[in-house]
Amino acid sequence: MSQGTLYDKVWDRHKVTTLPNGQDQLFVGLHLIHEVTSPQAFGMLQERGLEVARPDLTHATVDHIVPTASQDRPYSDDAAERMMAELEENVRDAGIEFSDPTTGDQGIVHVIGPEQGITQPGKTIVCGDSHTSTHGAFGALAFGIGTSQIRDVLATQTIAMEKQKVRKIQVDGELGEGVEAKDVILEIIRRLGTEGGVGYVYEYAGEAIEDLGMEGRMSICNMSIEGGARAGYVNPDETTYEWMEETDYFQEHPGKFDELKPYWESVRSDDDAEYDDVVHIDANELEPVVTWGTTPGQGVGIHDPIPAPEDLAEDKQDTARRAQKHMRVEPGETMEGYDIDVAFLGSCTNARLPDLRRAARIVEGRQVADDVRAFVVPGSQRVQRVAEEEGLADVFREAGFDWRNAGCSMCLGMNEDQLEGDEACASSSNRNFVGRQGSKDGRTVLMNPRMVAAAAITGEVTDVRDLEEAEVVA
Amino acid sequence: MSDPTEEVDEVDYVSGTGIPLRGNDIDTDQVIPARFMKVVTFDGLGQFAFFDQRFDDEDNPKDHPMNEERFGDANIMVVNSNFGCGSSREHAPQALERWGIDALIGESFAEIFAGNCLALGIPTVTADHETINALQQWVDDNPDGEIEIDVEDETVTYGSNEISVTVDDGQRKALVDGIWDTTALMKANQQAIQETADSLPYVEPAD
Repeated sequence: MSQGTLYDKVWDRHKVTTLPNGQDQLFVGLHLIHEVTSPQAFGMLQERGLEVARPDLTHATVDHIVPTASQDRPYSDDAAERMMAELEENVRDAGIEFSDPTTGDQGIVHVIGPEQGITQPGKTIVCGDSHTSTHGAFGALAFGIGTSQIRDVLATQTIAMEKQKVRKIQVDGELGEGVEAKDVILEIIRRLGTEGGVGYVYEYAGEAIEDLGMEGRMSICNMSIEGGARAGYVNPDETTYEWMEETDYFQEHPGKFDELKPYWESVRSDDDAEYDDVVHIDANELEPVVTWGTTPGQGVGIHDPIPAPEDLAEDKQDTARRAQKHMRVEPGETMEGYDIDVAFLGSCTNARLPDLRRAARIVEGRQVADDVRAFVVPGSQRVQRVAEEEGLADVFREAGFDWRNAGCSMCLGMNEDQLEGDEACASSSNRNFVGRQGSKDGRTVLMNPRMVAAAAITGEVTDVRDLEEAEVVA
Repeated sequence: MSDPTEEVDEVDYVSGTGIPLRGNDIDTDQVIPARFMKVVTFDGLGQFAFFDQRFDDEDNPKDHPMNEERFGDANIMVVNSNFGCGSSREHAPQALERWGIDALIGESFAEIFAGNCLALGIPTVTADHETINALQQWVDDNPDGEIEIDVEDETVTYGSNEISVTVDDGQRKALVDGIWDTTALMKANQQAIQETADSLPYVEPAD
């Protein structure tokens, strides 16, 4: 078993006791909730006559069902309105802080936690959403939970868990021009498989990871779950601390930063930490990666051929055949030139300011292809505001993109933004599962945000490095 | 206030008939498509389990084991590898449970899904690829054949076969001892919870 890793240290600091069933009971430092997975948990609590134990360590927002075109209440979708109303009632009764759309702080739960500084190194963070792994970018131990576990956390501020193994993913070297954090994680999942991380927590390390800003680290940790790992993290460093210092929490509580920094430093993995497994990746070799199939592990370099199912491991062949039929691609082809109908720039993976800034440089002075509907959905109201102030929104609008309000949008078919029929979508999101974007015949191609911008312009999957960047924006 | 521990059953043994559901990497978006999650309770989710695999655009049934009458009463689902990957939605096992599933046997399960199943008292037991293939074939040939899962002994019996399966240690103990409902279990440790909270530098005293 691992020793001396951030995972071991944060686990030990939060361990309350070992339960009779053999699991450890862990204290939860931050519980994030949203409208989809929490109402049933509040219902279970009520059935048992229990109250929310630590509303002060709980924070709510609304993201999955919120419409991105108009946020006027009541929402035109009755079901969405009911879910929102239920969340409002639950947080009001329990006294839980709620970043609702009227506060200007609403957004995707994995965007707003880091923005507000409630996501911090060395915290345990849970949320009824599998992409909670995102918060690991700050050196937090963060993972998604189910609704019965939300009930546990609401009632006790603790969770029952079994300790897992730690795999260090060492990404050495430098990323080439036009290669992004998203490409690193798609490559990791391609190599290790969608189930390769089951039983593991991923520690991302090495020069290429350390060189990334917090947003890039978040993109990587975000998709740990697509690789089967429930949590992934990066050890906190000066990049992390600079981010923390700027956030609301530390601006409002001067003194806290110096008080907590020694704790953050103390939970970093030791130089001689022991890992259960170590994997090396050479950043210099990477290219932009796009998916050709219907699992996030079915990725390929933009100029590389789509694999023949019979060349894959035996247990991957059947899935690959079905995926290629669904996507209508043939082995030996590249994804370059694959026609798209929709370009979606958004989601908890890639809808933060640097993502939008980089994409805007591709879009500036160009026009979205005639037959493509393209839209940008900022990850939060704050991202939206700054992007509007910087002129990014105008750049996107002038190019023919729709500029929307914050939410999960077309990452999943729970709101008005959905694929129709067999539309193909160049998407900066995290899942290309059949039906994920709202149409069971829809086809999703995952890629980094600049690649989405390029695809929107050309109407087909394109190597963004072939397009010259504008230098005007931001 | 009711004592929640009273509701908790020991799940050391599940028996019934099987339904084979083949394919690796079956994600929870397939188990329960997101559009059916715009609800504030889990009631009624059973009819939507695997909806897009089971019905076409006009809601006509498609070729799918869950639409076959011979598997209509099945309560043990036999699946392949990485079943339940993707979204953490507990709606997935809730939908399967409401459709009638009491246990799953598979090559492997995604962690969050397995945890969600445990919270409902649904065992997720595993065996290797060949063993699962053979069992799926047997279920296909014997839709009324009895399957018995012994969670404590980690065996599955069907026809004249008894196979060894793996049940994760924590899951086995929790199910066999009837301590899979963790709320009451953890609530009892109030003082230790407070001590842990007090020892963490970032936790401020409760309001």
